[in-house]
Amino acid sequence: MERRLPLLVCFVSGLLMFIMYFSSHPTARLINLTVPLYWQIVFAFTLIIGVASYLRNNVRGIKKGESRPYRIVSVGGFVTMVAVAAIWGIKADTPFMWIFENIQIPMQSTVFALLAFFVASASFRGFRARSIPATILLITALLILLSRTPLGNLFDFLPDLADWLRNYPSMSARRAILVGIGLGSLTTSLRVIIGIERTWLGGDK
Amino acid sequence: MDIGTLVAGLLTLAVLSFLYRDNPVYKMAESLLIGVSIGYFLVVTWESTLMDTMFEPLFAGDDFWLLLPLLLGLLMFARFGRRVAWLAKIPIGFLIGSGAGVAIPAMLYARTIKQMSATVVPLTTSSGWPDISGIVVLVGVITTITYFYFSREHEGVLGRSAKIGTYFLMVFFGATFGFTVMSRMSTFIGRMEFLLTDFLGLMY
Repeated sequence: MERRLPLLVCFVSGLLMFIMYFSSHPTARLINLTVPLYWQIVFAFTLIIGVASYLRNNVRGIKKGESRPYRIVSVGGFVTMVAVAAIWGIKADTPFMWIFENIQIPMQSTVFALLAFFVASASFRGFRARSIPATILLITALLILLSRTPLGNLFDFLPDLADWLRNYPSMSARRAILVGIGLGSLTTSLRVIIGIERTWLGGDK
Repeated sequence: MDIGTLVAGLLTLAVLSFLYRDNPVYKMAESLLIGVSIGYFLVVTWESTLMDTMFEPLFAGDDFWLLLPLLLGLLMFARFGRRVAWLAKIPIGFLIGSGAGVAIPAMLYARTIKQMSATVVPLTTSSGWPDISGIVVLVGVITTITYFYFSREHEGVLGRSAKIGTYFLMVFFGATFGFTVMSRMSTFIGRMEFLLTDFLGLMY
């Protein structure tokens, strides 16, 4: 029961959505519109579960004294966001949006920008023309980087060459990867629906 | 300088302090970012998905079928109780099953059929000359796919094709790397511009 019922729900919902895709009957259309909506709602609950786990872990950590100041700041940030949203709402010019614009966005974009340094230092250490594939990788990256800088304008052909590399050889490899992803997703989805792939149930039975 | 710019500037500097080394100021900023981001996504999800899509129509008596996703969602909380934890797998089964059911035709169409049809195009131009770019794409797709074909050992023709496939893959990785670095750099320039112009007032 503990495994069969979830497997049955998975099978029925998967088969239903698969069959409905090929039907233009009004009921099928209604199901096609409704189930993704229900999916979003149930998925939203998984976020709440995640938040509950985050709070539980951090409160435990605070009680035990593990990284207490950082955990307090983290939980404090979370509680503040929820509290200001509950009191003043989330429309424009509310404290909620003020925190979002002046705390969350600047920090998020700075963390994103920080990665430029790590990517640059990793490439400085890792990029070596040891073999033909490594040399191709190095040259392509350099051409793309140069073509997007003012230095690239010194050579008329460089922006066009970079665009050609992106639109044809690079696109062809990307396309092959996408075909692989498509076929892989297809087989994995089939395995999940018919119950061969059961790792989501936990355990190894 | 308004309080918002001051706070944003100080927090930007706190995050950038990681370039020196991992330090308490950075850790504090990182913890704050995690907490605020989780709060933001929870509130937005609550408002846009749970309130607008479920609770409001339900309380208005418009659609009682919405009790079904509500019940499934509430079953998720069963995972906190030891004896009833297995009940949480029912909504997970719904999420995974319906997601897989939608993914099969969508993936087949968008990722496979569309990509293949975009590859199989006339290999000559309207004037009768070979279309080099089209040939490059066709060769690139076929050789890269052979690189990912693991059912036979990469020897002979298959091995040579897979080797050419790696060259195309390297072009792809190189191009992706180049664009990633440029996007990060432009974000960094944006942050520096904010610090020097709005926060410190050194540039106008």
